Amino acid sequence: MQHSKSIIMKFNRSILSAFLFGSVVFLASCQDQKKLPILGPREAATVKNADGSTSVDTVYKTIPAFSFLNQDSILINNDTFKDKIYIADFFFTSCTTICPTMHRSMKTIFDKYKDNPDVMFLSHTIDFKYDHPSVLKKYAQKLGVDGPKWQFAYGSKDSIYKIAEKDYLVAVIEDSTAKEGYVHQGWLILIDKQKRIRGAYDGTNPEQVAQLTKDIPVLLAEDKK
Amino acid sequence: MRKLIISTLFLITIATMIYSCQSSEQLKQDIYYANGRDLYIKHCQNCHGSKGEGLNALAPPLTDTVFLRENKQKIACFIKNGASGPITVNGKKYGGKMPDFATLANIDIAQIVVYITNTYGNKQGMYTPEQIAEDLKNCK
Repeated sequence: MQHSKSIIMKFNRSILSAFLFGSVVFLASCQDQKKLPILGPREAATVKNADGSTSVDTVYKTIPAFSFLNQDSILINNDTFKDKIYIADFFFTSCTTICPTMHRSMKTIFDKYKDNPDVMFLSHTIDFKYDHPSVLKKYAQKLGVDGPKWQFAYGSKDSIYKIAEKDYLVAVIEDSTAKEGYVHQGWLILIDKQKRIRGAYDGTNPEQVAQLTKDIPVLLAEDKK
Repeated sequence: MRKLIISTLFLITIATMIYSCQSSEQLKQDIYYANGRDLYIKHCQNCHGSKGEGLNALAPPLTDTVFLRENKQKIACFIKNGASGPITVNGKKYGGKMPDFATLANIDIAQIVVYITNTYGNKQGMYTPEQIAEDLKNCK
């Protein structure tokens, strides 16, 4: 009788210790919050601290100052996206291959964050010949997203193509041999409030779009701290 | 008695032949449907959506049974030559441009037509490449 009692006690003790171990792991994982990576090239820079001493800090790639016309022919620039996270992409209105799929995905996210002022959208047109602001306006209306939350940017070929390739790291090419005249990648780029790239998702791939949908709350939570 | 057995067997044979005839028709339509779905995913789905729901006011849905029935002879022209100008689908006006798919063969177009007229709640049966060829002659 005694013997069996001690077995039960041992059993209880092992359950208890397993439970304790489990809860410690659980709590530890709670504290270690998920963070999105910072993408793009980076460099080490020497910075001056407030007390005059110097230290080395990492400088991440950021989106530089820009200025484009939007669908209302109003100038938009970095300040339009100040203290916002935003999703940027490159498209053109007469594109019938990947763009409708990309914008279908973006619109799903747009509808989800309709009432959250911290999330914005920025679509750059790469068709500098045809997609003037009035064309972009019609497109936005037809997509059902015409408003300040989703900006459609029109700029010179140089400025748009440069910011695409150098800063958002999206390949865009004017190609006369392509049926529609342009070739481009379908990345949706997630930019944080410090203008750093925090994610790139293929807007034509439902799994990656689902990942983007999951990552937005993570990025928003990061800024709340 | 013998006569009865023979005639019964005869009737059964005839019935089986008719039945298998019908199912080979059905089989053909099923093949068209399956191929049509692949072509749809490749060429049409980006604008018209995976459930034929369209894309807001940019691309019309393919779920309007009445439109499909009344314009069935025009679908081949829309696909082969593209479409532009206002059309009304589900009581909503659409004025965008649809690109042409000039490289598609008649059989491809027939398969797409079979797919879109037999899915999303539609059941309009078979459509043949010969009918497509006929429709394409009458394009405006």
